[in-house]
Parts: sequence; C-alpha cells; structure tokens
Amino acid sequence: MNTREAPTRPRTETAPDRVPHVPDELLLDVRGLRIEYGQGDAARTAVDGVDLALRRGEIVALVGESGSGKSTLAKSIIGLLPAAARRTAGSIVLGDTNLTDAREKDLEKIRGVRIGLVPQDPGASLDPVRTIGSQLAEVFRLHRDGPRRSRRSVRADVIRLLDLVGIDRPEERLKQYPHELSGGLKQRVLIAIAFSLQPELLIADEPTSALDVTVQARVLDVFERLAREFGTAVVFVTHDLAVATDHAVRIVVMRRGRIVEDRPVADILAEPEDEYTARLLEEASPHPRAEARLVSVAGPGATPAIEVRGLTRDFDRAGEHHRAVDGVSFGIAQGTTFSLVGESGSGKSTTARMILRLLDPTAGQVLIQGEDVTSVSGDQKRELWRSLQLVYQNPDSALDPRLPVRKIVGEPLLNYRIGTRVERDGRVADLLEQVGLAPGLAGKRPLELSGGQRQRVAIARALALGARTLVLDEALSALDVLTQAQILRLLEDLQQDLGLTYLFISHDLHVVERISTTVGVMRRGQLVETGPTADVFGNPASEYTRLLLDSNPGHRLRALTDSRSTAALSSSR
Amino acid sequence: MARYLAQRIGQALLVVWLAYTFVFLAVQLLPSDPVTIFLTVDSAVDQAAIDTMKSQYGYDQPLPVQYVHQLLGLFSGDFGYSLASGESVSDRISGVAGSTMVLAGSAFVSAVLIAVLLVAAATLTRSGAARRFLVNLPPLFSAVPVFWLGLVLLELLSIRWGVMSLFPDGSFLSLAVPVLVLAVVVSAPMAQVLLKSMAHVYEQPFIDVLRAKGASRSWIFFRHALKNAAGPALTITGITVGTLLAGSVITETVFARSGLGSVVLQAVTTQDVPLVQGLVLLTATVFVVVNLVVDLLYPLLDPRILKSNRQGSARALAA
Repeated sequence: MNTREAPTRPRTETAPDRVPHVPDELLLDVRGLRIEYGQGDAARTAVDGVDLALRRGEIVALVGESGSGKSTLAKSIIGLLPAAARRTAGSIVLGDTNLTDAREKDLEKIRGVRIGLVPQDPGASLDPVRTIGSQLAEVFRLHRDGPRRSRRSVRADVIRLLDLVGIDRPEERLKQYPHELSGGLKQRVLIAIAFSLQPELLIADEPTSALDVTVQARVLDVFERLAREFGTAVVFVTHDLAVATDHAVRIVVMRRGRIVEDRPVADILAEPEDEYTARLLEEASPHPRAEARLVSVAGPGATPAIEVRGLTRDFDRAGEHHRAVDGVSFGIAQGTTFSLVGESGSGKSTTARMILRLLDPTAGQVLIQGEDVTSVSGDQKRELWRSLQLVYQNPDSALDPRLPVRKIVGEPLLNYRIGTRVERDGRVADLLEQVGLAPGLAGKRPLELSGGQRQRVAIARALALGARTLVLDEALSALDVLTQAQILRLLEDLQQDLGLTYLFISHDLHVVERISTTVGVMRRGQLVETGPTADVFGNPASEYTRLLLDSNPGHRLRALTDSRSTAALSSSR
Repeated sequence: MARYLAQRIGQALLVVWLAYTFVFLAVQLLPSDPVTIFLTVDSAVDQAAIDTMKSQYGYDQPLPVQYVHQLLGLFSGDFGYSLASGESVSDRISGVAGSTMVLAGSAFVSAVLIAVLLVAAATLTRSGAARRFLVNLPPLFSAVPVFWLGLVLLELLSIRWGVMSLFPDGSFLSLAVPVLVLAVVVSAPMAQVLLKSMAHVYEQPFIDVLRAKGASRSWIFFRHALKNAAGPALTITGITVGTLLAGSVITETVFARSGLGSVVLQAVTTQDVPLVQGLVLLTATVFVVVNLVVDLLYPLLDPRILKSNRQGSARALAA
C-alpha cells in the first residue's frame, strides 16, 4: 500500500464534519432485491432476491461472470438502472435514508454526495468536449448548499483532488481535454471526481478492466488508499477474482442473479463453501503448465514453425516517426506455444500481423516452416494462409452475424475451392466435433451462441484448411474465467492431437503462465526478455518483467496456493 | 489553429472560383451567345442590333479574354450588366437582397430554435407518448411543401379571419408568418439529425457518470449532451442553406414579397444570362461562406478536431 503522507482533504460545503470511519456501523442494507429486465412474458430476472449489507469503510468485492447480475445490483444501489430494468421487490437503505422509492430529485442530492461511482471504461466516461478542470469543478457546482463559491476556491479544491490521485502538473491538466490523457490518467480523474465530496459509499464497476496490468496496479493502489483514508465503503464489482482478493476484505460471489457466497476473503480462500466459488478460485489460481502435458518437441536443429529475425516496423504519422517494432527476433519450435506479453502499444499485435503477412515489415525476415515468406505476395500469400491462421480477440466482430455457423466454418474451404459440397459439409462436421460444438449448433447464427461457443467457431474456422500454426491475438481476453479455462483446455487438446504450434498474444499473465512453453516480454517495440515460461516467471532477468509480474493481481491467491501445496506436502508425509 | 483556418479559407475560395468557372463554361454551352438568346426570346431582331449590343456587353471578345475580364471584374465587385434593365447586376441584386436576407436569416435562426427546443422536449419529457409525438414531427415538417403551407396560412389568416394583410405591409405577422413557414421546413433535417446524434450521445458511459455526480436531466442535456451532439447537426445546418434559399424564393412568391425570388424569376423568364450568372455566383458564395463558418465552429465544439487535423501529436501522455 502506498505509504504517502495523507494530503489535506478537499474542503466540502455539504458535509464538513462527517466522521470518516465508524467501524461496525451498518451503512448499506439491501434486502430481498429483485430486478427484472423487460415486461410480461419477455421479462428476465437479473437480480433474484439479493440481501447485501455493508458496514462503513468496508471494501467488498462483488464477483461473478458476465450476466451474473453483479453490475445490475451495483447500478441499482446508485439508482442508475437502464430504462428497461425494473425493481419488482426488495428494499435499499443507505444509512438512515430509504432509497427504495426515492424520487429522482432526491436521488440527485444523494448521488455524488453520499454515493460515488467509478465507471468501467475510463476512455468513454468523461465528456470528450469539456476540460478535465470543468468536469472536476462540476461536482462542487452541482452540490452547493451555501453561498456561491469563488472560482479560485473551487480551483484550489480541484487541484488538490488531482494531486490526491497522483496526477502530476495538476494546473496544466485542468485545461486539458480527456483525449489528451492516457487511460490510466483518465481513470485517476474519474476516481478524483468520485471522491471529491467524500462519499460514504463508492460503487466501482470493473474500474480497471480496460487498463494494462501495470497501470491497473497503480490505479487500484490510489483507489484503495483513498477509500481507507476517507473511510469510504466500497462495492467493487469485478470478474477478476485475483483482483478482488488483493483489494477487498470480503467477497460476494454472484451467479445467475443470486448471491452464492458472502464471506471474508481469508475464509473464502481457505475453504470455499460453494462449489461454483471453488471452481472460480481454482481457475483464478496460478497454474504453471504441467510438464507432462508438453508435446514431445523435436530435437535441437529441427526447423522452427515460426522464426523472425530482426523484425522492424516503422509508422509515419504526419511527419512524426514512430518505431512500433524494433529488431525483434525469436523462434517457435514445432508443437509448442510461444507467448508475447506486454502492455498495449508495446508492439505485440504489430509483430503478429507482420508474421501473418498482413503488414509489411520495414526490415527483417519472417520464416514459416523454414521458408522465407518476407516478400511473398498474391497467390503465395494465399498459400501461406493455408498453414498459418489467425484467431482474433473479439469473436463478436470477427464472425459475420448474418451467416450460420456451418457457413462460417466452411467459408475458407469454399474460398480455396476445396472438395465437393458433400465433402465440405463432412469436413465442417468434423471440425465442429473437434472444437467440441454440438452438431445442432451448425445452423445457428453467432448472436445465438455464447462467447465461448463463438470463440470455438473461430478456432474451427482457423483449422478448416488444415493450418498447423495459429496466431491467437488476445483470443481469450473477452471471455469469462471459467469459459477461458475451457477454451484453454481445448487449445491444449488440439495442440496434442494435431501437433499445432501457437503464437499466443496476451496481457493476461495468468493465462500466459498456464499455456506457454516459452515466453517473450515486449516493451516499446523491443523484446526485452525471452525464455522458458518457468524461468521468466520464476526468475525474471529484466527489471521490466519484474515490474510486470509485481503488477499482476492475485498476490494473496498465489501466497495461498503456495501454502496449500506446502500443507498438502507435509500432510502427505 | 492558424493552419486550419488558412486551409479552410483557401478551400472556400477554391470552391467559389470553381463555381464561377463552371457557370462561365455552362454559358458557352448554350446554343448561342447570351445577347442573341435574350434578344430573340419573342421576336426576330436584325443582326446589326445584336452586334451592337454584343460589343457593348463584351460578348464579341475571344473566350479567354471574356473569362479573365469577368473574373477580374468579380474582384472589384463588377458582376456585369443585366441585359433586361441595363442596370449593373450587383445593383439589381443588392437592391432586393436585404429583404431576402431578413427573411432567410430570421427563418434560419427560428429553425435552429425550433430544432433545439423540439429535441430538448423529446429528450427531457418523461411521457412516452409525448416523446413519440415529438420524434415524429420532423418527418412531417419535411413532408409539407413550403408553398402549400404558405397558401393554407394565407387562406386562413388573411381571407377567413382577416388578421393579416394579403400583401406585405410591414406588420409583425406579415414577416412572422413567412418566416415560420420557411423555418418549419428548414428545421426538419436539423431536428432529425440532432435527435439521432443525441440518441448516440445518451448511450455513452459518460452520461452515467454525470448522473452519478448528481446532475439533473436538464443539466446533462444543456451542459453536456447538446454540445456533444451538435457536430452532425451543424454539418446538416450548413447544407440546409440550399433549402433555405430555394425556400425563400417560393415563400416570397407566395407572400408577394419583393426579394431575390422575383429577380430570379425575372432573370430566368427573360433569359437574362448575366443576371442568372450573378445569382448563381451569389448562391454559391453564400453556401460556401456558411459552410466555412460551420467548419470554423467545429473546433470550438469539439477540441478533438484540431488535434486529428495535426495527427500524431495528439498521442496520449503516459500514465
């Protein structure tokens, strides 16, 4: 935790003498809450009879998959449910105020003053056409009981707030617009807004899921420090159990609109009561790749599946020269998985696109199965893509929504004029079976499938032409933890059965540690470290890798897994 | 900023010059020269008269000389002379332009007000029925022909109820009614585009953040949403200038107002080519100037415009 000296608190007109921390006093009391989307027969219950109590200053993580109702619950507390949602039962009480049937006018006086919000997507959560300064000052202008405050006194408060969340040169920032700030800075501004009137309760809705791990770690530190300093209770909504365990004192697990577990972190970690929680924990815990699962790798001297030498790519933007990838060299042995990790903008995806020959390198060579493909074009490129395929980050937009699964998977066969219609149908059926999709799904369209099923379709399509090497660009990032684990298992099985080689690109170090044979760490276009997974994770050589690993959430989980395995060892003796 | 300004002004001048050149060439495509056409509209005229008039107006010069001569004339405000009246084109136009400016200008301001108020009401009302009604008004507005609305109002106000004179008499109603007729039609596309972009703005997460700050619905609409949604509506506003000018010609005719409408009508029916040329050029210039103003207003609405113009330098600062 940051041990920085507590700065002076911003002056607030609304609640000057609020007691910052009164432990054990009940702050939020949600009872029997039930929320439905839609009307009549089409109604769907998103939150189903939920009880939730928070004491003052308590940090509680609300964990669950997408669709579990966690966001709906959080939004109902601050009264920001979408128009289609209705509360059909239950009550919400904040301190001595009943919010259940509060009118909009009354809620406006509570929001921002007693309840704050830190939103999910910092990129789109600030008004793009107003300055940072005016958006911060707005909170003070919206809630003033006393006489109108002078510009200077508001400005002083705003600067103090920016200072509080660790933003450098606050005076300059006031005049800047959101697009001039990075994602991490924008989230700090949003945190400053949320804390500006020192609310009793803060709703943080996946506040860092859009940020890189290193930025996430810093932002969460700021967030937690302020919450403790001001004695703010926090409902921290997240799908990431590793993040939750690092920052919360209590974890509430939601599934299908119900709370399945609600206990202190230590208890849950030691002994989850609910089977679903246990599975979440299991998947969130570190899983080093089991050595036994390693496919027998061809001996030294064998041709690598992918090899790049001195790969470089420059971009010129309006006279400004920018080197996105800078002399990257590595090789991937047949049947293994090589992961590229790094923050956004580090050049991972650009490297992958050059290997796929979707982008021309400025310098360097790309060798696929020992063959130099750096300058292939036209038909040769088409030939290359028979053996080298891409699975993209977002299966939602990578699949044509109007085509049924059968056609999506069979399209590459059609493009390359392979086989007769009957043969192609047979091949598609085989592929669907290979990726574990029921034959009945062949006629469905992407929108009717779950995220995991869609990603399976994308993998089947990539394998349709018999590709031996797959480039997986953040292929699991859009999926829930449990779905991620299933797709990971599928990838491992396919690798063993078909001897596939993977180039895996991800910012998620848990997944990387689990799937990779070797790892490369990229920073600012350069490969700062490569090596076997265990070495890189266990004994990082570069300073940057160490920083990346330290930022990786789940310290408490890892500590616990270690102690568990030690305990298991000692008890088995 | 200076570069953006210079770019836009340069583009505007280019468009006016192209418009002039296009009109000049179009005139050359006519079966004969302007004077011959003008003089042979209703009767046969002897060749000598034609030749005299041609040399008076300079149509006997070689084409490049005519082109350069007329172009230079433009810079000194000389648009040539009307064949019908012998008056200079600039005098002929400026004599009546004021009345049209008042009509079109008031109609334009009213149209913007109508569009913004309509969208504000549709966005802020809590009644679903009221919203559906308001949202369906703009398509209705654009479906109503200007002359029909004008005639109906004249019939009701002047003939049935007698509260307004049939001819412009300087009273408030005699200006307000034509202005309203024109404004209703011109406001339709503005309101439609504004509604659409407003819907998009309200889907943005920052609206939720504003509500979480405790901002009221009208605070969010007037202080944030409007500025965010104004861009596309502004673009449409620039384009409606065409509708506005065409609409004023019709409205002036219906309400018997003097103005550019009657001049256009005369110029076309008497085949007074220099006058038509001047009017086309005037229309093009107004169009270009309004769109230049729109372009210059854009960066004030959205600071990202200037940045993307310079590309690259807008790269975000590191956290």
